[in-house]
Order: sequence, then structure tokens, then C-alpha cells
Amino acid sequence: MAEVLVLVDHVDGEVKKVTTELLTAARRIGEPAAVWVGDGAESGKAKLAEFGAEKVYTASAELNDYVVAPKAELLAMLAGEKSAAAVLVSATPENKEVAGRTAVKLGSGVLTDVVDITGELVAEHSVFGGATITHARVRSGVPVVAVRPNSVPAEPAAGAAELEEAGVEVSEAATGAKVVERVVQEKGARPELTEAAIVVSGGRGVGSDDFSVVEALADSLGAAVGASRAAVDSGWYPNQFQVGQTGKTVSPNLYVALGISGAIQHRAGMQTSKNIVAVNKDPEAPIFELADFGVVGDLHSVAPQLTEEIEKRK
Amino acid sequence: MNIVVLVKQVPDTATERKLSSDDNTLDRAASDGVINELDEYAIEEALLLKEKHGGEVTVLTMGPDQAADSIRKALSMGADKAVHLVDDALHGSDALQTAYALSKALGTVEFDLVVLGSESTDARTGVVGAALAEYLGLPQLTLAGKVDVDGSAVRIQRATDYGYDVVEAQLPAVVSVIEKINEPRYPSFKLIMQAKKKPVEKLSTADAGIDAGQVGVADAGTETTDFAPAPPRAAGTVVKDEGDGGAKAAEFLAEKKFV
Repeated sequence: MAEVLVLVDHVDGEVKKVTTELLTAARRIGEPAAVWVGDGAESGKAKLAEFGAEKVYTASAELNDYVVAPKAELLAMLAGEKSAAAVLVSATPENKEVAGRTAVKLGSGVLTDVVDITGELVAEHSVFGGATITHARVRSGVPVVAVRPNSVPAEPAAGAAELEEAGVEVSEAATGAKVVERVVQEKGARPELTEAAIVVSGGRGVGSDDFSVVEALADSLGAAVGASRAAVDSGWYPNQFQVGQTGKTVSPNLYVALGISGAIQHRAGMQTSKNIVAVNKDPEAPIFELADFGVVGDLHSVAPQLTEEIEKRK
Repeated sequence: MNIVVLVKQVPDTATERKLSSDDNTLDRAASDGVINELDEYAIEEALLLKEKHGGEVTVLTMGPDQAADSIRKALSMGADKAVHLVDDALHGSDALQTAYALSKALGTVEFDLVVLGSESTDARTGVVGAALAEYLGLPQLTLAGKVDVDGSAVRIQRATDYGYDVVEAQLPAVVSVIEKINEPRYPSFKLIMQAKKKPVEKLSTADAGIDAGQVGVADAGTETTDFAPAPPRAAGTVVKDEGDGGAKAAEFLAEKKFV
């Protein structure tokens, strides 16, 4: 069975959930082989084995010193050497770029933001703000596919996760853009927005930069906090938390929209959420067309009551 | 410093967007075309850099005749001239073919920096900037929330999950920008009038040295095999808050086993 390369997302050796989803998808296509860039493969190995990785190809942390190009070189090299059936990455902004460059090197094709993929490598997309479903495939060469987090439910299956040095060196050509500093901004204990199982977002209805009503509900659910463009543009919440067409795309099990009208720009970033709860003063707000459960009312009274009820039930 | 800004005309997000059942590509006649929103931030950044460092700003677009409207918009913001890569052979090109074609068209222009929006609002692949850097063999400075040029060096703040990376490269380079980078200007009446007289060069695939066998829907590396409207979401329950809205929402969450 041909190998399917899965680029691992990890933070200091801790494997992210999306990687377990990718390994699950890879098993439909062939034999999953994880590709690990940086330190920590020894500690992350167990998790990869649990989700069926037979091999783990490792490469030095030096690849992370330059923007994207070294990772694309690594994946293209491995895809050729191992005659891989496909390359899967998570559909994060950076990994989509890695996918694009890898496909150029392989002379194949790239599919991004895929919400499902079959064993025959037919990929499903949700486009135009969720209004249209398309299916697409790569015509020739090794398909490179970026899969949206929270799209394929992770299922365990034992694998050997045998470590093997990929033996790649960063070429001169890949060193054009050098990372000279990494700046970590406020993150706190909340899960990462694109990976979170639950997202609670605030919009114009929050009314000020005091997002505590949104954050309190998020924390009661162990959720990530998001914000609509209106809230970000007003300077109420930092840009990296923006959900929507020009921000992040999320696909959690539960999305709670507080004071968000649900314009197409916002829906483009959250429409594939499995369950949607909305609170808005305006009964005509388009968000209610999407909501599985909606409350017409002031979020400043509804959200605190909801938070309190959740705490009581814990 | 000479800058080329890449601009794409996209269907207006506010209108109903469709694919064409002939070849599963974008139906450009179905909705109004507008300049891709993030490209306005790219134009603004190019103009700010020009104001600081001098030089010229050239707009480059690839698209059908009607994309001329987006060129006018860019020129009326203050860009100096434009190149319009237009050829029926380009119809239905996918993201990588687009990057290839743009890399060839860039061969006809002198530049120190290429600036583009980090993604388009229609296909949203987010790969064109990276693929373009790959084709051109130039440093990739993408997802920039801040750009500074100092002599022959360029430095950006590249957005990451955890904050940002400071990335450095030598010119020439490819820069893509995110929305937080600036606030695009509105064209003044004077600039709108001037824009009508600014030069727009039309380029065919042959002019740009593009291999016609590498572009267009028939030769794309990817193929959209079918499409359909998304199944409508089942109608949900909407209640009016009578002082118990939060409690009712909690019941729903409990039913769904979130609490």
C-alpha cells in the first residue's frame, strides 16, 4: 500500500488534534506516514502511533528558520522518494502555502480547505460562504491536499510509528526569507481558534472592548473566543481572533454567536460548524437562519445567565 | 523602489455567486465583479511604500476584459500604470496556473517588490503568493501585518497562530498582506479623473511568454468534477428572551451534551 504523507502540527512535541484527523483521513487512501519538522518527535510518537502512523519521518528544527520553502522541499523530496499516494496538511494559512509550493515542485495540483476526502482522493469543498458544495480532484501527479481542522472525525488505529531521519538539508534557494524573531502574543489558557471544539464569538452587539461577557461564556465551555469583523474593526478584540471571510475559518462542533448579525462575510468563516447557537436583539438577523437554537434578546443578559446555568450543571 | 501590485477581480460577496455548469468554473456573468477586498490593502501598502521610498507602482491583473474595472479602481487609488494579462486561453486556470502565468507576466515589468492580498474572497485558496515566490525563486514574505523596507532589505511581521514572526529578506521579494496592515484610502475625484489617462498595457499569453499548454481549465492540475447547492440547514428553534433565554439555551446545550 502506498504511503500517504501527513505533515504533523505540533507545539514542542505535543501533537495537535488536527494531525490525528489527517492520519484518520490518510488511512482511507493508503498507509499513513507522518512528517515531523523540529524537535520532540520522540515524545509525540505515541500519539502518532495511536492514530495509525506506520512511519515518522523527522527533519531538523532548522527548517523552521525560513518561511515555508524548506518544508515544501522536504515534502516534495519525500513524496518522490517514497512514491507517496498523496500529501496531506492542515488547512492553516501557513500549511496552505506549504501545500502550494510542494505541488509546484511536484508538478501536480493542490486542493485547499477541503472538508472531506475519499479513499479515491475526491475532495469536498464548501464554497461561497457555505452556499455551494463542490467536489474536486487532482488530475495528475501526487495530490497535495489541505484539510480544514474539525472536518474528519479522528478515529484511533494502531500503527508502528517507526522514526526515520528524512535526511534533508535546507537548500540555498529556500533560505531567502529568514525568521529572525518569534513574537508570542496573549494567548492564555484557551484552545486555539481553528482547532477548538467549541467557539464563542462576539460581534457588534458586545458594544465595547469589554469582551468579558463573551470570554466568561467561552471559559465555562472550555471554548476558544472569536470575534466578528465589526468587533475587530472597532478595535474591541485583536485581529487574530477574527472569524470570517478575511479572517479565520472555523468548523467546531458548537459555535455560539453573540451579537453577530450573520452577514455573508461572517458566515464564510463559520458555516460548516456542526451546531450553531445565536443570541441577537434583532429577530430578523440572518444568523437565525443558520442557528440550531436562537435567542432573540440582549446578549448582556442572556449570555451571563447561560454561563451561570452551565456552571451549575458542571 | 518599483512595486507591482497584483489585483484580482472577484464576484461581489454580497451577490449570489455561482459556478457555470459548462465547465464548473466561476460564472462571472452571474454576479457583479469587484476588486478583491484584500487587494485594496495591497494597493494601499504599495502606495505608502512609494510615498516613503519613491519609485512607481504598477498594477498587474489577470482576468477577462471586465477586470479593467478593477484596474481603474487601483489606478484611481493612486497607482501609476497597469498591465492587464488577458487571453481566452487563461479561462478557468487554477491557483497554481494563475501563479505561473503571473510569474511570466512579471517578467515583462521591472520591480523590486511584488505585493498582493493574502487571499481572494472567491476561491480563498491562499496559495498564490507562496506559489508565485516558488515560480520566481524569490523570498516569500507572506501574511504580512507590517512591512518595512530599509535599503535593499525588507522586513515583515508574518501572522502566526501565536502572534507573529519577524521575517527578513533581500529585495526583490514577494509580499502578501493581511487586513490589519493599513486602512485603504478612498480615491479622490481628482485621482479618479487622472486614472482615466493612466497607461494600461494589454498582454496576451504569447506576449508574456506563457506556455499555452500550461494554463486554462483543460490543462489545470485540479478539476472540479461537480457542484451543488449546500443542503439547507434544518430549521432551528428560535425563542424570545423572557428573562429565561440563557436557561433555555443551556437546556439546548445539555440536550446536545455540550454541558
